[in-house]
Amino acid sequence: MQIKSIEELKSLKEKHLPLIKQRLGHRNGLGLTQVLVCSGTACTSSESEDIRIRLEEEIQNMGLADNVRVLKTGCFGFCEYGPIVMVHPGEIFYCRVQPKDVKEIVETHITGGEIVERLLYMDKHEGKRVYSIKDINFFKSQKRIVLRNCGVINPEDIGEYVARDGYFALADVVINKRKEDVIEHISKSGLRGRGGAGFLTGKKWEITATQDVTPKYVVCNADEGDPGAFMDRSILEGDPHSVLEAMAIAGYCIGAKQGYIYVRAEYPIAVKRLEIAILQASEMGLLGNNLFNSSFSFMIELRFGAGAFVCGEETSLLHSIMGQRGEPRPRPPFPAQEGLWGKPTLINNVETFANVPVVLREGWEWYSGQGTSTSKGSKVFSLAGRIKNTGLIEVPMGTSLRTVIFDIGGGIPGNKKFKAVQTGGPSGGCIPEEFLDLPIDYESLKETGSMMGSGGMIVMDEENCMVDIARFYLEFSQDESCGRCTPCRIGTKRILEILKRITEGHGEMEDLELLEELSYDVRDASLCGLGQTAPNPVLSTMRYFRDEYIAHVRDKRCPAGVCKGLLHYTIDEAKCAACGLCAKVCAVQAITGGRGQPYRIDPEKCVKCAACAAKCPREAILKGYQKGRGKNNNTGILTGSGSTEDRAAL
Amino acid sequence: MAGDTNFTNDIEESHKGHSYQTADAQGGFDVIKSDELTGKYMNLDLVINRYANERGQLIRILQKAQDIFGYLPEEVQAYIAERTGTPVSEVHGVVTFYSLFSTEPKGKNVFNLCMGTACYVNGAQELMDALKRRLNIDEGETTPDKLFTLKSARCIGACGLAPVLVINEDVHGKTSSSDIEKIIQSIRKKGEKSANKKH
Repeated sequence: MQIKSIEELKSLKEKHLPLIKQRLGHRNGLGLTQVLVCSGTACTSSESEDIRIRLEEEIQNMGLADNVRVLKTGCFGFCEYGPIVMVHPGEIFYCRVQPKDVKEIVETHITGGEIVERLLYMDKHEGKRVYSIKDINFFKSQKRIVLRNCGVINPEDIGEYVARDGYFALADVVINKRKEDVIEHISKSGLRGRGGAGFLTGKKWEITATQDVTPKYVVCNADEGDPGAFMDRSILEGDPHSVLEAMAIAGYCIGAKQGYIYVRAEYPIAVKRLEIAILQASEMGLLGNNLFNSSFSFMIELRFGAGAFVCGEETSLLHSIMGQRGEPRPRPPFPAQEGLWGKPTLINNVETFANVPVVLREGWEWYSGQGTSTSKGSKVFSLAGRIKNTGLIEVPMGTSLRTVIFDIGGGIPGNKKFKAVQTGGPSGGCIPEEFLDLPIDYESLKETGSMMGSGGMIVMDEENCMVDIARFYLEFSQDESCGRCTPCRIGTKRILEILKRITEGHGEMEDLELLEELSYDVRDASLCGLGQTAPNPVLSTMRYFRDEYIAHVRDKRCPAGVCKGLLHYTIDEAKCAACGLCAKVCAVQAITGGRGQPYRIDPEKCVKCAACAAKCPREAILKGYQKGRGKNNNTGILTGSGSTEDRAAL
Repeated sequence: MAGDTNFTNDIEESHKGHSYQTADAQGGFDVIKSDELTGKYMNLDLVINRYANERGQLIRILQKAQDIFGYLPEEVQAYIAERTGTPVSEVHGVVTFYSLFSTEPKGKNVFNLCMGTACYVNGAQELMDALKRRLNIDEGETTPDKLFTLKSARCIGACGLAPVLVINEDVHGKTSSSDIEKIIQSIRKKGEKSANKKH
């Protein structure tokens, strides 16, 4: 079937609407039970596909196939509690479901009508099970604009996207609107690029539209390379059509016929969903020639990244789409002027595109009413690290970090103390506790020395060493530096060397000045965003956690107990039962002893793997700092010998 | 690849059906049956025919070629260069630029330990150290028995399961050092069993 008018689109919507309405909580007396199984990457990794297949089999065997439907859906965001199975009507939200639970769900819930209590989310504060998704704290403070379809529709069925008003914005634009008006609409909404820099989307479209060179291209940047970020992947997995629709709208506005999605090959599920979506949209005539009987045609092809972080930078990305080494080039000319094969090219990020249909359907007035004065709408974040509720969330711009980390994220596990939150990946910085009440928007994050980035948020607690974190990010940036420009190629290497020296206990006080100076040089002199932002993790940790750097350099001490070069394991002879378990587990035979006498660790041989400490039944193995340092008279800082008393004194 | 400079000849030979030699990581030679290799090149031809007419599909062709051959030896790179009319230097440049391409054969089981930030703050480095010790190889290397390759992966996005170890295609979440021991032993056992069956 080819859809050529809004009426045809409406009739397709009507067909699928009852099922969708039920999932949104309408009790429309369908006499049908729908079971939604999360099929995002995290849940799939914990066997959600197996659960779905077993559910189907079980329902078939019980002869329930006419009244029960089992469906795949996109990420609910509550990845910590996956795999997730949701049953409608009732919006019953089952967490951490295992394949062996399938029989019980079908027998007790679907045929018996009783809810399987033990699989419901347990609210530990209230001490009770929560039935519905709406009552879970994780979801309460969220506002889902971009993720509105994730966990609601089946991403492999275009009809369900249409039932959520999908492709109506495209139809309206192509049939009724002039391209200038659409661009103005986007500009007025205040939508800014979600890929990191926050450039005004409308402005970008306008610049590309005014170039009088043809052909032009639309590119979607789905090369989400930041470690700890999975927003774009979840959008592509849960709602791929929203990106396709937005790309077609962009094509109409700038005068392009061809779009490319540059997606990481490491995202196999996202790639598959995109392939299915493109195929279905083409079959329906929503992509292809003469959309809605107009003269506008638009095609989309996938291009695959091959594992290079620098390809998230737009000029590198273009080189990679053209099948070359993904190295950046100086700008100007900007891609909007000279992009793919030298032609004007519009590049937007996945999340930016996913906002576009919403902006057009709901109106710019509504959209610009969300968020703060400079940052409109909402932002998707992936929460990870030392946090209870790891997952994908969406909040209005201007929400405080505290709300995100403690209300939605549930705080830090194991009664540990919050230390910092890292935003913006290897290009961003660490934000300490004093800024927890900061409203999240592009400007305020920048002021703290971090950045919005694409939306990865990694929470760190007192057991994370900030110098080590800076080293970790620099190792990443140095490894991913493409080598084209000298400041980045050599500068990041030298910064990394200094950081390694510090974490291994060979740092000097002069190193700190050198580190700072070098960081500014690399930032100012590098060719592309990778190099320009690579020193950010160093600069921000030096700004807020300088005392940790000083402890490493002057006192040869790692306050968090992470840096192995500064660590030292000893056996508390009073506690040791001489059982010999530690000696057995030691891979390098560093532990010696015998029956009846306490065991000892040879510091020369010890590789600080902590295997012995994990094995010891009496907790007699202590982790401490290098012995014999004592109290540093210059600073008054006590650098303990490693015993717990000394640590307490600190 | 050690020593072979005249690779186009090798390819022609392989197409004629001669036995074909390829150097392994240690510099020794494994003789691969020629018909098996010819089959691989035929598959590669299909890929090249499918993509060669489209602009900028070199990376796609290389990805498919790596799926077919398991890695991208110089012979394959030269073959692709010739068939697509791209200079060998450019093909080689692309292969060495992207981390997904490998010019060395991989072991039977590829351990990809996620070193994304979420995994890192949850102890991925300790796991990596444990794996290195246990397998007695460094990152990026393959064990002499060709059973294990150890690699670190950029974030695979399963941060809720951190730390994550991907073995071939299987994702193992919340991995601990003791899990590693079990996994390695079960793979070794399976390997021995299938080896016994063959003999």
